[in-house]
Amino acid sequence: MTAEVLYVIGDGAGVPDNDVPEGLSNKDLVALYRRLVLLRTFDERAVALQRQGRIGTYALYWGEEGTQAGPLYACDDRDWLFPSYRQNAIGVLRGVAPSTVLAWWRGYGGRHGFWNPREHRTAPICVPIATHLPHAVGLAWAAKIRREPVASIAWFGDGATSEGDWHEAMNFASVFKVATVFFCVNNQWAISTPFSKQTATETISEKAAAYAMPGVRVDGFDPLACYAATSQALERGRNGGGPTLIEAFCYRLGAHGTADDPKLYRDESEAQRWRTLEPVNRMASYLLRLGVLDDDDLQSIGAEAKKTIAQAVHEMEAIAQPGREILFDHVYASGRPWSFDEGLAELQGTDRPPAVKPLAPQPGPSTGDAEAPAGT
Amino acid sequence: MPEARSITYAEAIREALDDAMASDESVFLMGEDIGVYGGAFGVTTGLLQKYGADRVRDTPISEIGIVGIAVGAALVGMRPVAEMQFSDFTANAMDQLCNQAAKLHFMYGGKAQVPMVLRAPTGSGTGAAAQHSQSIESWLANVPGLKIVMPSNAADAKGLLTAAIADPNPVVFLEHKLLYKTKGEVEVGSYSGGLGSAVVTHEGRDVSIVCWSAMVHKALAAAGSLKDQGIDAEVIDVRTLRPLDRSTIVGSVSKTGRLLVVHESPLTGGFGGEIAATVTESDAFDFLEAPVKRVAGLETPIPSNPELEKGVVPQEEDIVKAAVEILAG
Repeated sequence: MTAEVLYVIGDGAGVPDNDVPEGLSNKDLVALYRRLVLLRTFDERAVALQRQGRIGTYALYWGEEGTQAGPLYACDDRDWLFPSYRQNAIGVLRGVAPSTVLAWWRGYGGRHGFWNPREHRTAPICVPIATHLPHAVGLAWAAKIRREPVASIAWFGDGATSEGDWHEAMNFASVFKVATVFFCVNNQWAISTPFSKQTATETISEKAAAYAMPGVRVDGFDPLACYAATSQALERGRNGGGPTLIEAFCYRLGAHGTADDPKLYRDESEAQRWRTLEPVNRMASYLLRLGVLDDDDLQSIGAEAKKTIAQAVHEMEAIAQPGREILFDHVYASGRPWSFDEGLAELQGTDRPPAVKPLAPQPGPSTGDAEAPAGT
Repeated sequence: MPEARSITYAEAIREALDDAMASDESVFLMGEDIGVYGGAFGVTTGLLQKYGADRVRDTPISEIGIVGIAVGAALVGMRPVAEMQFSDFTANAMDQLCNQAAKLHFMYGGKAQVPMVLRAPTGSGTGAAAQHSQSIESWLANVPGLKIVMPSNAADAKGLLTAAIADPNPVVFLEHKLLYKTKGEVEVGSYSGGLGSAVVTHEGRDVSIVCWSAMVHKALAAAGSLKDQGIDAEVIDVRTLRPLDRSTIVGSVSKTGRLLVVHESPLTGGFGGEIAATVTESDAFDFLEAPVKRVAGLETPIPSNPELEKGVVPQEEDIVKAAVEILAG
C-alpha cells in the first residue's frame, strides 16, 4: 500500500501547483515564507556556532522548516506545541527569544535557557524519543475536561513510532477522543537506521488505521501541504472528532546532529537528489511564480532574518555563567530539598553541597518569566 | 477535638480522594479498572458514581500512557491522581516517572510544575507471587524530584494523601496491600500533614527500630515482646522516604545508642542502607553502642507459596531476635 502524498506546490515545470489552501491570503504566504527563512537562518547559524565551540552539540533540521512553520501556521494561539529536538527553534515562531533557544543549547539554563511554556504554549524541547507524546495527549485531555477549545500538536520522527510511548499515546488519544495532532516527520532516517529497518509498514500514515483515527500523508518539503493537513486535523479535533496522524514524508537532508557524519552509513548522492525539493527555495520559487514577491523582497527577508539571529547570538553570549545554586533551585517545586530535611541553616553550616551566593539578576533577553496565563 | 471514628486504611485513602475532588476541580483520578470496578483493591469504590467518568477515568492497560498523560495534564495545572494497579507495574512507566515527571520542573528551569500523585498498592502477603508483591521504594528513592510516601496507618494515609495531592511535585504514594483492611481512628473532614516528617510511634530508651509501611506494625508487636524481656524499644515510622526526615532518626539514635532498620524489600540496595549511612555519618555515630543492624527481605523474588512468602520478609520474631542481638552487644 502506498498512500497518496498530498502536495500544493508543484515544481514550476511538469508538476503543476495545486490551489492555495483555503484561508491563506497572499499576506499569509509571505508571513509563512518569512518564518521558513527565520528557521533556516537560525539553524545554519547554530551549526556554525557549534563548530566554533560557542554552543554544545546541536540537532539540525535543515530542510524540515516546512514541517514546522507549515503546521504551526494552522494552529490557533491557544493550541499547545510539543516539539522534539528536531523542532528546537519552533518556539521562536511563538515569541520565544532566539537567544533563549541558543542559550539552551549552550547549557545556560536557569534564568535564561528556558522559556515559560505556559506563556508561549510551547513545551520544552524533548530529547528522549516519543516521551512527550503522552504529555501532549494529557494536555489535550485536560482541555477537554475543562471544556476549553485547546488542541495540542506534537512532532516526532519516523523512529519514534517504534516506541511504546507512541503507541500508548495514540491509543489513549483515540479512546478519549482528544484534540491532538500527531505530526510525524518521516525523514526516513533515525540516526543511521533507515526507514526500512525501523518498521515493516510502507508508510507511517497507514498505522493510524489501527487506532481508528485518520492518517494523512503529505509532502514534508511542501509547507502548504503541511499547513493544509494540520488545519483540517485541528478543525476535526476541536469539533470532537479526536486525533489525527499526519505523516510528512521527506528526507533528512543533513546529519542527525553535529556529532554525526552520515557519510559513514548512507549514500550522500541520495540526499543530493532529495535536496532539490527543499522547502525554502521551493516556497521562494512558488511565490515568485505567483508574483507575490520579487527578488528584492527575497533579499530583504533574508537580510532581516540574518540581522535577527545575529542579534540573538550577541544576546546569548552576553548571558553570564550561571551560579551553582541553580543546581538545586528547581529539583522540587516546593523549594530546595534541605528545607524538608535539616533546614537551610544546616546547609549553610556544612561544606556539602557547596554554599554559593545567590545569583544577581543578569542582563539578558526575556525568558518568559511573566505570570503564566490561566487555563491550558 | 475534631470528631473521629474507626475506619479502614482503604476508606481513609478514599476519603482523602473524595475530599480533594470535592474541594478542587482540578483533581481527577485515572487508572485501570478504578471506575465501576473500584480498583483492584476497592479503594476508589463509589467515586465514579459521585464524580462521573470525566474525573474518574478508566484507562487502557497502558502504564506509560497513564503516567505520561498525568504528566501532561499536570503541566497545565490539573492535579491528576493516577493509580498503578500493582506497584510492580511502575516498572512499565519508569521512564515517564523518573525521567519525565521527576525532571521536568528542573528541565523547564522551574517554569512548570508536575503536581501529580501516583498511587500504587505495594508489598507482599497476598499470595500474588513475584511480579505482584514487591516493595519498590528503593527503585525510586535514588531519583531527585520525586517524593515517596509509605503510610502505615489509616489516619496517616488520609493526611499524607491530602498533602501529596496538594503538593506541587510528583509524589509516589505506596499503599501496602495488607494494610487496606486495617482499622484506625481517623478524623472526620479534610486534614493534611506528615509529608517529609517521621514520627515516633512508640517511645523507648534502648534501641531505635526504624521502619515504614506494614513493617511498623511488626515492629510495634516486636516492641511489645521486647518489653517482656526488659528491652525498651523505640519505634520510628519514617512515613516519607524522600524527603527523609533525618533529624527524627538521628535524634532517636542519639538517645538510644542503637539502630535497627527493618524493611520488606531485599537487603542489598534497600533503603535501610541509606538510613544506616545517614546515622553513621551524623553526630549520632558518637552515641552508637553497638553495630547497626538491618532486618530485610531475603535476596529472592517473592514466592507464591504462603508459608514461603512469610519466610522471605521480616516477621515479628526476626525483629525481636535482631534487637536482642544488638542489646547483647
